[in-house]
Formats: sequence, C-alpha cells, structure tokens
Amino acid sequence: MKFLCVDCDEQMQLEERALPGDGTLVAAFRCPRCESVVAMLTNPMETRLVSSLGVKIGGEEVPDQPLQGVRSSMSGGREDAFTDEPIPASTTAVRWSVEAVERLNGVPRFVRGMVKRLYVEYARERGITEVTPAVMDQARSDLGLEGM
Amino acid sequence: MGKSLISGAVGAALQMEGQRVGLLDADMQGPTAARLSGAEPASLQVTEDGTEPVKARTGVRVMSMELLLKEGAPLTWHGPEADSFVWRGAEEHRALREFLSDVAWGELDWLIVDLPPGTQRMLDLIELCARATVVGVTIPSEAARSSADRALRLVRGRKARLLGIVENMAGYVCDGCSKTRPLFAGSAGRRLADAHGVPLLGRVPFDPSAAELADAGDLEAMLTATTAGAAVLSVAKRLIQEVDSA
Repeated sequence: MKFLCVDCDEQMQLEERALPGDGTLVAAFRCPRCESVVAMLTNPMETRLVSSLGVKIGGEEVPDQPLQGVRSSMSGGREDAFTDEPIPASTTAVRWSVEAVERLNGVPRFVRGMVKRLYVEYARERGITEVTPAVMDQARSDLGLEGM
Repeated sequence: MGKSLISGAVGAALQMEGQRVGLLDADMQGPTAARLSGAEPASLQVTEDGTEPVKARTGVRVMSMELLLKEGAPLTWHGPEADSFVWRGAEEHRALREFLSDVAWGELDWLIVDLPPGTQRMLDLIELCARATVVGVTIPSEAARSSADRALRLVRGRKARLLGIVENMAGYVCDGCSKTRPLFAGSAGRRLADAHGVPLLGRVPFDPSAAELADAGDLEAMLTATTAGAAVLSVAKRLIQEVDSA
C-alpha cells in the first residue's frame, strides 16, 4: 500500500508511526516535494486485519525471523517454544554474494526461504561455495525454475 | 473422521518405506500430529534455513501448532475480541503459509499436510501450493460420502490433482477373534473412487489396539503389529506406486 501525492505525482514517505497501545495505529506520510502531510488512523480491528495479511506499515516491530507472524500474533504460546540461540545452519558453508542477496530479497518473502534453500542445495551438490547471480541463473535453467 | 491418524500413520509408513517425509499439521485449532507421531515437545531450533521441524520417533519431520502452544491451551491471537471473525481466518492462513515457507523441511519426498474438517484450509493450501495433490479420506457411510464428494469436487474445480481415496473405519477389528466385522453401512470409498476416476488406495479398519498405540505416539508398533497398521502400510505402498507411475 502506498500513498501518492496527486499534485506532485510523488510517492509519499513515512513521516511518523505511532501505536498508542489500544490497538489503533496512526501513521503520517509526507510528500518529499511539496511537504504535504496526510495521516492515516486504523481502528483495532483494521489494524489486526492488515497485520494478519502481512502488510507492514512503517517498518518492523520485531526482527525478521522465521514464523514471525505466528510468533508475534499468537497468544497462549509456550515461552520456550523457540530457542534464542541459533544453532549453526547447514547452509552456512555456502556463502552469498551481495548481488545475490539483493536479488534474493526481490523474491516475495513467503517463498524466499524455500527459494533460498533450492539455490543452496543446488550449490552444495555441485561444490559451489558462493551463490552469485550467475549461479542463480544457471540453477534456474538447470532446475527448470525460469518462471520463479 | 480419523484424518489426522491416517495422515500421521501414512507418513510414518512412507518413512518406513525409505521415503523422506514431512508432516505439516494444518489443523491450527485442534492440532494432534505431534502427539500422534510421538514427537516430543521441544524448543524449536532456529537456523538460517528457518525453523527446524521436530523429528518423530519414526524419523518423520513434524511441524504443528501443538509444538508452540502451552499444554491444553487453545489457539488465540492477540487483538480485539470484537469482529475477530474478520481476521482470525487470515491469521490461520498466514500460519499455514509460514509453516510451509519458514520451516526448514530439508529435502523431502513427501510433505503430508493434515487438513482440518471443512474446505477452507484445503483451498488455502491449493492457493499456496500449485502442485498440491489431494488424497481423500472418508468413512464408509453415505453421509460421509456426500460430504467428501462436495470437497473433492471443489478440489478438482481448482485443478488440483486427486491421487486417490482412503476409506477409514472400514469395519471393526474384533479384539477376541481378530476378524474384521462391519462397522458402518455403505461403501463410500469405492463409490467416491469410481465417481472421480481415481483408485481406492486402501480400506483401513477401526482397530482398538492400533488406536491405543497411536495415542501413545508409537506409530511404528501400530504399523507393524496391528491389522489397521498393515492396511496403512499397504496404502503407503500404493501411494508410492501412484506417484511413480504419474
């Protein structure tokens, strides 16, 4: 969701976001050209609905992590359901170049983990130690993933 | 009826057949897959690959809301009670999406998704996984056939592949003589299979000794030492054949 300043034809930038604690959310957006400001207020139900759809307004409340939505939204969960200390990942042997990470970040988040694993497994099987855009292109071709 | 037990037992049977199996419990409100599989509640490890599923005694990798909830606690979400029907479904949809994408399933031959009653979660799954393949589970009765038939028509309308039908509670295994006696009237499994042009993958009788072992999370014993377990193993072999021949 984006706000557009109609007069300037510019995307408005987030100016301020506030969570008063009663379930409502207030966000203000400013046009970078004409400085016009608009504010948006959602009631508790709207805030919850928008959040459950995965829409994030004005940045993250919790760090990006697996099962982030479940962890942040579920109540009645076990305190020790997740360990805080990550164990070494099986994928750490395969590095990612900066360009490859940027490209991976373009993949929709809900499938990003799956796509990342495909590339890592492809690299590991072939003894490739670093995933680069060229490796990604080759993997897409070899694995028949051109549509992804 | 008995979808979760069939899902868990078929998963364990596939694993015993040398397949690599994951079991995703999509019944967020009534999760049982972890308990039935003998997967001990443990803190889930988080790695760069995602959240590690729990390994059941059979080696099946399991992810279930049961692993995240306190013992006996119902699943609820933060947020206002008023109008919660509006966003509750969306939260469960997101949980399913994250169970699929954020869990480090690793390389699998099968990811079995145990769906709750009704069709909503099944439609969610088909929307998220274009290649989702469905196995219908019914009991023999006409009422069950009618209900399952509607769901399967919906599946086929969404162009998802229907792999076959499993008839659960197809008779009752007598404790005394071990013979299988009739339990429900009807032949819903056969009729559904014929109506949809798919194979009847197997008929699994109700077997008290199997139910007891499953309740104790010992699916390996259930599969190897009970009449129902033998039927489930046969279903698993048939599933492998069906997929291999596709």
